[in-house]
Amino acid sequence: MGERMALTGNDSAAYALKQINPDVVAAYPITPQTELMHKFAEYVADGEVVTEFVPVESEHSAMSAAIGASLAGARSCTATSSQGLALMWEMLYIAASCRCPIVMPVVNRALSGPINIHCDHSDGMGARDSGWIQLYCENCQESYDNTIQAIRIAEHPDVRTPVMVCLDGFILSHTLEALEVMDDGVVRQFIGDYRPAGSLLDVDHPETFGAFSLQNYYFEFKKQQVDAMAGVPAIIEEIGEQYGKLTGRSYGLLDPYRCDDADVILVGLGSTMGTAKQAADDLRADEGLKCGALKVRSFRPFPGEQLRRLLKDGAAVGILDRAISFGLGGPLFHEVRSACGGAATMLNFIYGLGGRDLSLDGIKDLFRALSEAKATGHAEPVERYVGVRE
Amino acid sequence: MADLLKKSEMKPGTVAEGGTMAKLYTGSWRTYCPVTDFEKCVHCMMCWICCPDSAILVKEGKKVGTDMQYCKGCGVCAAVCPTDAITMRLESEMGPDERKG
Repeated sequence: MGERMALTGNDSAAYALKQINPDVVAAYPITPQTELMHKFAEYVADGEVVTEFVPVESEHSAMSAAIGASLAGARSCTATSSQGLALMWEMLYIAASCRCPIVMPVVNRALSGPINIHCDHSDGMGARDSGWIQLYCENCQESYDNTIQAIRIAEHPDVRTPVMVCLDGFILSHTLEALEVMDDGVVRQFIGDYRPAGSLLDVDHPETFGAFSLQNYYFEFKKQQVDAMAGVPAIIEEIGEQYGKLTGRSYGLLDPYRCDDADVILVGLGSTMGTAKQAADDLRADEGLKCGALKVRSFRPFPGEQLRRLLKDGAAVGILDRAISFGLGGPLFHEVRSACGGAATMLNFIYGLGGRDLSLDGIKDLFRALSEAKATGHAEPVERYVGVRE
Repeated sequence: MADLLKKSEMKPGTVAEGGTMAKLYTGSWRTYCPVTDFEKCVHCMMCWICCPDSAILVKEGKKVGTDMQYCKGCGVCAAVCPTDAITMRLESEMGPDERKG
């Protein structure tokens, strides 16, 4: 058993990075991620890690440096939020296509404009097609656990794909939570040594990194990424199970809570799902409403088949989206409905943009609205903007 | 595309050999071709400094021609030449032996 500590989401991810002890970390400050790398820089300054810490002049440079270091054979990490992730955009695709197993905590924050520093998932959703794996965290324990598992997932020889560990800005990043950490030696043993597939610095075995490839080869490189991603779900489950044996906390692609007999289920990402679990408990006890919560831990790869199996029993399903795809609706909603074939009653609750709170009572209202839609058969409007002053 | 590697034969994310740019013939983009009059050339190396493709061929400190595998025919060399030794000619009107830069 590990040690119990009180850490914020930022500090728990930084603590995980300290134990991972990456060869290279390149980072640039941005709210609400700043404290994460601030804390990690302290570990560097105090000699607690051997990491080469590169303070760069922008997030574009942070990702570029992480890619360069990764191609040189280094275990590389960075972290960012919001506009910083947006500024990395073109380099995100290059990291994924060069198959750099970079691990990056993304402290989710709204994208401008209007300028806003608080939590939503529009930054992460903007990067969902970049070829990165995305794991979403419910609490500070998960931001620690997911950061450590992300190293194993990213560096798995059949994966070699970068991972974003997404944690909700302020709600997790700046909230103190009692959590359990492993000993440094246990973490080191769990992640093992990094064995790169090749190195820019290996002049005896020269390769072309960041190749120019046109009509002749580009498509094959892309299909390789597709194939690698197709194998990721099983690897996430395998590593999550091994992690469970070590810590008592197992992880999968999805985290279903009281879904088996549920009449109404809320599906969502991140910290809101902790509140949804509490709301489900309360409504079952107080109103006899059979509620369930289904947390999507792995948004990329998207576990559509597993979702479909869990949601097959005719429960009314509400999908919580903390982001908007303008002209479409909630991105998670459309992916869940696409995976499930649209048979069940489904509502899309778009909520919490720019950090607007969705309280325990607010979530109970959503469960009740779902229950009413199921009972009456009236699911219109499907797309509902929670708490917006119309 | 029959001679190209299949996806399963490719190393993910990289090309498993070095120097692959040497196989690309980007000179095919050229419309105009530089032609150097070596009677006028004073080997000042202005063209060598300014060529954006590093395509000026030099041997023992003297210009000997232009690397047609990479020259895009931009005409910078002709523009900077202090003795007007370089002219840009429409390549389609030139014979293969004349394309030496």
